[in-house]
Amino acid sequence: MTIGVRYRLGVASRAVAAIFGGYGIAALSAAVLALCLPAAFGMARSEAAMTGTLASFAIFAFAVMWVFAARTALRAWSGLVIVAAPLAALLLLLMRTTGGAA
Amino acid sequence: MKEGFRQSMAWLHTWSGLLVGWVLFMVFAAGTASYFKDEITFWMKPELHAVAQNAVPPVKAVESAVAYLQQRAADSPRWFINLPNERQPSTDVLYLAPPAPAGAAAAVTGAKPGEKPRRRFDRASLDPATGEAVSAPRVTRGGEFFYRLHFDLHYMPALWARWIVGFCAMFMLVAIFSGIVTHKRIFKDFFTFRPKKGQRSWLDAHNVTAVLALPYHLMITYTGLVTLMFMYMPWGPQVAYKDRGGEQAFFSEAFPGGGRDQIKASGNRVPLAPIAPMMAQASAHWGGAAVGRVTVHQPNDANAVVSLTRAEGPQLSYDQPSMQFNGATGALIGAFGDVPKPAAETRGVLYGLHIGRFGDPLLRALFFLSGLAGCLMVATGLLMWAVKERQKFAKTLKRGGRVSFGLRLVDGLNLGAIAGLPVAMAAFFWANRLLPVDVAERGEAEIRWFFIVWGATAVLGLLRPTLRMWQAQLALGALLFAGLPVLNAFTGPAPLTVSLRTGPTSVAGFDLVVIALGLGLAGAAWIVERKRRKSIAKQAAAKTQPPPSTLATSGQGS
Repeated sequence: MTIGVRYRLGVASRAVAAIFGGYGIAALSAAVLALCLPAAFGMARSEAAMTGTLASFAIFAFAVMWVFAARTALRAWSGLVIVAAPLAALLLLLMRTTGGAA
Repeated sequence: MKEGFRQSMAWLHTWSGLLVGWVLFMVFAAGTASYFKDEITFWMKPELHAVAQNAVPPVKAVESAVAYLQQRAADSPRWFINLPNERQPSTDVLYLAPPAPAGAAAAVTGAKPGEKPRRRFDRASLDPATGEAVSAPRVTRGGEFFYRLHFDLHYMPALWARWIVGFCAMFMLVAIFSGIVTHKRIFKDFFTFRPKKGQRSWLDAHNVTAVLALPYHLMITYTGLVTLMFMYMPWGPQVAYKDRGGEQAFFSEAFPGGGRDQIKASGNRVPLAPIAPMMAQASAHWGGAAVGRVTVHQPNDANAVVSLTRAEGPQLSYDQPSMQFNGATGALIGAFGDVPKPAAETRGVLYGLHIGRFGDPLLRALFFLSGLAGCLMVATGLLMWAVKERQKFAKTLKRGGRVSFGLRLVDGLNLGAIAGLPVAMAAFFWANRLLPVDVAERGEAEIRWFFIVWGATAVLGLLRPTLRMWQAQLALGALLFAGLPVLNAFTGPAPLTVSLRTGPTSVAGFDLVVIALGLGLAGAAWIVERKRRKSIAKQAAAKTQPPPSTLATSGQGS
């Protein structure tokens, strides 16, 4: 019984991680791409924003697959955090620098 | 998750597919119909079938539309004129209702979203030759209903609906990716079909319909998300344009010359310059390609801007180049979109692929077939879940027990969604021809019949999810679809005997396609009948303890 409950909680936790965590990663990468592509490759601003948005749905899908492929729910969550943290840091940095430069 | 990567992906494929399968089936079916939405709309206006369609020169069509708009909406902030083409014979005009007189100038310019209710668009279909509103045909939403249904749903705010459909589409994308990973032998499976083998056959049918049109499924799901991507994922533009005026600035930079620009009125009335010379100039600039849409910002104002967009052609991209002219002097302001930007063009092509308007009828027919394969893929996937689940209850059923609530629910929903939806779609067409022409809110009345019938089939399916019910609904759908050409013969001027010989070809095409759909549904009903006989024979043979009450729950076996 407890195994059944544990299993269900694990699935629920993964579902939350996949839907909200996956969206978060996708949104973060869309924003980071929108800012870093002009900074790194001199891409036009509108083009970079478009590229980031276009790519974000594939990133979302792969994040969801990762969440359900990970061996435990905890690993799934930590994987998301490991990806999200540098992205968020990069985003903050880019927002500060590009905001100042413009 | 489970033991290995492939197993966990199989699990993900099963559950992500099941949870949104019913919505996806409807989205697929309605979206597939939308490839021919103009033709469907035309079929649903039989008053137009007898009228010979003479092509009117676009300049004449624009002039008559402008005359109409000058009469009715001279002080509207924006007009849209969609010119007729071979698929769509009328000029469609759309205009923002003129702002309220109090503080008019401020209301026009200060359109901050969220501050006041969205402004209303008035629309009309005009006869391109005379510029009069076309009043002959009956009021119907036509194919536009299916098109809207497949992302706006109905009876709910469009915004919620788009989030729901987007959520389902994202599940679908995950189901496709994980489905591909699940497949050890994707190429071999494609050539494998083992009929009459219960669950195996369902699996093979699912594989064939999925793999056969896999590029299409992947394309249509991803591009479906792309069509609404700035709503689902606004963060890139928002962050990049935070200090430059936000998303609105992004749109005018990414899509210059489009209809999205906000142009302010000066308040000085100046008559609108003639549009014909602008059209000639634009057409020449595009190497002779026609103008498809005319947008007039602030007509009859000194700041008026006329924006001409190229007509849809064989180009893949949805974004068409445009030219802008000063609406007071007629001078050229600029040409936009002649040199496409890579990312914007990528999005335009993805968008264009989704709506498939670039193709000739044959290519769109292939898209239509792929869409049908998509419907079958979703349907077989849903049925396979029920078949697998039922095996867990094989012993219970033998002892006269019942299946779980979950399985019963899935059985009922499968029935209502898969067998019921075709019945409802056919009922929509029957309502179009049988409702009185002058009934109030006629368009909405047809739609109501669609939902009444669909609701009835779903309730019946949930109450009695049996093979008998499957058969009844499939047969009813077959009858209703195959009967449409007969109905058309009695209620319109172009029965198949006429339309096949002298046209209109789109009416003949509609009639032939619905006959084919009816035959397909009849074939499905026949397969169910064979299965029902087999399961009855099996029960008679296994005469151990056959309480009659199990008949209801034993329906829809493998």
